[in-house]
Amino acid sequence: MTKRFIIFTMLLTAVAFLLPQRTLASEAREEAQAEEKAIDPKEIIFEHLGDGYGWEVPFDHHHRIPLPILVWGSDGFHCFSSARVTDGQTYKDGNATFKIAGKDSKYKGKLVEIVDGQEVKPFDISITKNVCALFITVILVIWSILAVARWHKRMGHKAPRKMVGALEVVITFVYDGVIVPTLKDKAQKFAPYLLTVFFFILYMNLLGLIVIFPGGANLTGNIAVTLVLAIMTFLLTNVLGTKHYWKEIFWPDVPLWLKFPIPIMPIIELFGIFTKPAALTVRLFANMMGGHMIVLVLTIIIFIFAAMGPVITGATTVVSMIFSIFMLLIDVLVSFIQAYVFTMLSTLFISLGQENPHEHHDKEEAKPTAPAAA
Amino acid sequence: MELFTPDFGLIFWMFVAFAILFVILYKWGWPAILKGVDSRADLIDKGVEYAQNAKDQLDHAREEAEKYITEARRQQAEILRDADKMKSQIIDEARVAAQKEAKKVMEAAKVSIEQERKEAELQFRNEVSAFALDIATKVVRNEMADQKAQQRLVASLLDDMEKQN
Repeated sequence: MTKRFIIFTMLLTAVAFLLPQRTLASEAREEAQAEEKAIDPKEIIFEHLGDGYGWEVPFDHHHRIPLPILVWGSDGFHCFSSARVTDGQTYKDGNATFKIAGKDSKYKGKLVEIVDGQEVKPFDISITKNVCALFITVILVIWSILAVARWHKRMGHKAPRKMVGALEVVITFVYDGVIVPTLKDKAQKFAPYLLTVFFFILYMNLLGLIVIFPGGANLTGNIAVTLVLAIMTFLLTNVLGTKHYWKEIFWPDVPLWLKFPIPIMPIIELFGIFTKPAALTVRLFANMMGGHMIVLVLTIIIFIFAAMGPVITGATTVVSMIFSIFMLLIDVLVSFIQAYVFTMLSTLFISLGQENPHEHHDKEEAKPTAPAAA
Repeated sequence: MELFTPDFGLIFWMFVAFAILFVILYKWGWPAILKGVDSRADLIDKGVEYAQNAKDQLDHAREEAEKYITEARRQQAEILRDADKMKSQIIDEARVAAQKEAKKVMEAAKVSIEQERKEAELQFRNEVSAFALDIATKVVRNEMADQKAQQRLVASLLDDMEKQN
């Protein structure tokens, strides 16, 4: 109890120390912005949620860590630093001219090639902030999982400690808690994919919560990332689906009139194939993006209220700091839960695709007892 | 709406990154870990089972040992008792045998003493008779030295013979 109290007081003191600086900073910003334009919360939020060609540096709003741009323009392949096109500059590489599209363009924020005065979107595979974060995540996952594997190869049957021990707990939690009970004898076959997905999402989520350089990219809150993951599960489910799975879709065990003249059930089932990955995509994306957005909004509130004088600004700062710390802590939990849920649903969908008639028969036998029990 | 339109570049890199990640972990990561965890679990199970068995055996051994010890004590007591019994028996037997032997020896001694006595008696008698004869001879010689005495004796002897008839 006292410990909690001490922590709370320390937190308040820290906020109190930060407070004048914050207000000062916001005042300075306000002055600076008064010359240019009023603060646009929507733009700031969406800039942070979205992708970018450079990576923000803490406490600096103008400099970005430049990242390579890789595009297939009208005259072939181009590769240059993103520093050359920041702040709406145009850059001439060879015969092609590139710039990042302005606010009023339909390709807002994306790299475009200017061909005859028109903005044309090239084939763009630049290493953007998100792609870079993706690579960092991949390296981290590989490094940490191979560390566990190395332990098992080198140390044999010794009890793992520290990081390896912690990771092993998570691995066995997912493997023994989700994969084996759902997939049973097929667990070995799908475990590598599902565990990879779990750790990949978990690391992306957690890195997204770190505000400065190696983290801060809203990866799992980007629909492209979740879409790819969902497509993987979709492919695994359907490509490796059993005959029985397909029979259940096109000729399910329902009264004939539900499937013969008008194939109602098959149509519903067919939709089901596609709604599953869609659900996977959207739920992870929306959850993570929501978490990021709340923290961003809570932070932006300080700057919005900065116009109303120091007292209100101070109060807002304290309140919104407490709330955003709280939200970030919740997001740590959510990061784990979302990775877990994605893995669990993927396991479930894959296991549906692995059904065979025998299991189904068992279920049918169990059915008549169920209503009686209910 | 830009948040809801997936960017092609990111999709492309995501596929690439995920493929690389998956292949590496599929090859060198997960199989080793899952196998390791499994075999360690097996090892621990076996260890526990072994320990349990060992404990059972130990408990059993202790029981067994105790049983042996009590058995040994019982046997020891029995042996001691037997030995005691045997000892007294032997002593008794020895005593009986000694008595018998002593009796035999005494009897033999008695017989030989008797015999010796008889022999001695016999010898003594012979010697006594010899002495007596000697003495008698000497006496008779002395007495018969004068005529009178001889006549007296003949007369007495004749008297005796007369008396008898």
